[in-house]
Amino acid sequence: MRKTRYAAAAVAAVAALTLSACGGGDSAESEGGGGGEGGGESLRIGIKFDQPGLGYDEGGSYSGFDVDVAKYVAAELGVSEENIEWVEAPSANRENLLANEQVDMIFATYSITDTRKETVDFAGPYFVAGQDLLVPTDSDITGPEDLEGKNLCSVTGSTSAQKIKDQYPGVQLVEQPGYAECVTAMGGGQIDAVTTDDIILAGLAAQEANAGKFKVVGNTFSEERYGVGLPKGSDRCGDINSAITKMIGDGAWEEAITSNTEGADYTFNAELNPPEPEPCA
Amino acid sequence: MEDYLSLFETYDVLAAFWVNIQLSFWAAIWALAIGTVLALFRISPIPSLQWFGAAYVNIFRNTPLTIILAFGFLGLFSVMQISLAADLNASLFRIAIVGLAVYHAAFVCEAIRSGVNTVPLGQAEAARAIGLSFLPAARLIILPQAFRGAIAPLGNVLIALIKNSTVAAAGSVATEASGLMKTMIEFRSDLVIPIFFTFALGFVVLVIPIGLLTTWASRKLAVAR
Repeated sequence: MRKTRYAAAAVAAVAALTLSACGGGDSAESEGGGGGEGGGESLRIGIKFDQPGLGYDEGGSYSGFDVDVAKYVAAELGVSEENIEWVEAPSANRENLLANEQVDMIFATYSITDTRKETVDFAGPYFVAGQDLLVPTDSDITGPEDLEGKNLCSVTGSTSAQKIKDQYPGVQLVEQPGYAECVTAMGGGQIDAVTTDDIILAGLAAQEANAGKFKVVGNTFSEERYGVGLPKGSDRCGDINSAITKMIGDGAWEEAITSNTEGADYTFNAELNPPEPEPCA
Repeated sequence: MEDYLSLFETYDVLAAFWVNIQLSFWAAIWALAIGTVLALFRISPIPSLQWFGAAYVNIFRNTPLTIILAFGFLGLFSVMQISLAADLNASLFRIAIVGLAVYHAAFVCEAIRSGVNTVPLGQAEAARAIGLSFLPAARLIILPQAFRGAIAPLGNVLIALIKNSTVAAAGSVATEASGLMKTMIEFRSDLVIPIFFTFALGFVVLVIPIGLLTTWASRKLAVAR
């Protein structure tokens, strides 16, 4: 009898802890967020932490194109940089983070697709990327047609990997947990090319450790429209779209791209960029 | 529900689990072979072999499997350019098997050593008394009894191995279950929870019979003393 009582108490304690952990997420709208600085509104923004040039965690400070756009949009929404709480949003978790309102918005190479629109809302797009190849500087690969019999690397479960499997079955595809592994293997010479969206590749090539070793081919074969992920029914879409339009208009948008891909020999696809934000549903 | 069932038309879940079964099967055979040799080393009368056995177990038991398998891809395959088959993915599959086997051999060794501890010291002394040297004594007297005492712990190692075979994704075998799960979540994020439960259930179905079987066998085959 004693034992069961202890067990029940333990279960209750665990449940209470779990519930209180969940409850912590709701405080976004409460003013000041404890900081008390200026008393402005705060925002929780989901970004990638592991994608150099887009969303990258450099020991507590965050850099990249996604981060720069997020900061600009936040400023337009009246939230200063110190009131932004950056949250890691890995690809597989993005819908859940939004559906459970653990973040207010997501800037994480988040392509607008119809399946995703069923669970989340999108503002933007703020950039149109395309699937491309990263190859060693001296490689003569100029597009996916040259990959027959070559070793190509991408990330397990990614859209890019699936596209290669569906459309280029003659390619030897190696799937790794992250692009860093792919790039390391390509440095070793066992992999001939790495594939994903061009701007992600540019970010990888621009990393200090890889500078000058790799080039982005510049022959895109898909259209990925990066949008701002929002919880279903959010009322922020219109404001975000006008912020994006303003950012493109005043030149900050182009500067953010250039500064984040410096040294990668990369130019964005000027036919599709800068994009016109879609009307909000 | 219809949405959920349509997943199985698009994605071959059974084929993914089959990859895990193959990985586990080959890795289990190699781990058993390496682990038995290591256990012999550890109970042998030669100090340098004892030292080697202990060092192997301590190094591999305390290294995360993810690191071993990532080393298989980044170290062996990428940098040292070791390939175990002409075909790229077959080669990576075999490197993953080596990684799994090398890691689990440490646990197999300890399981067998626990089995050796169930054999009374008198058995070894009796073997010595009839003139058997170490290897024949181990082969004829000690190991057969030790294996019968080690069935349950060996079964636990096998269960761990089957679950750990998903880590092979870190060694670039992306066709196995956890790799397919990632793909399915990427494309069908609206069904995240059902997808998780499908794969959890798959492993329950794989692992529970092994638990039941080894429990039954360990009772049936244990040496009555």
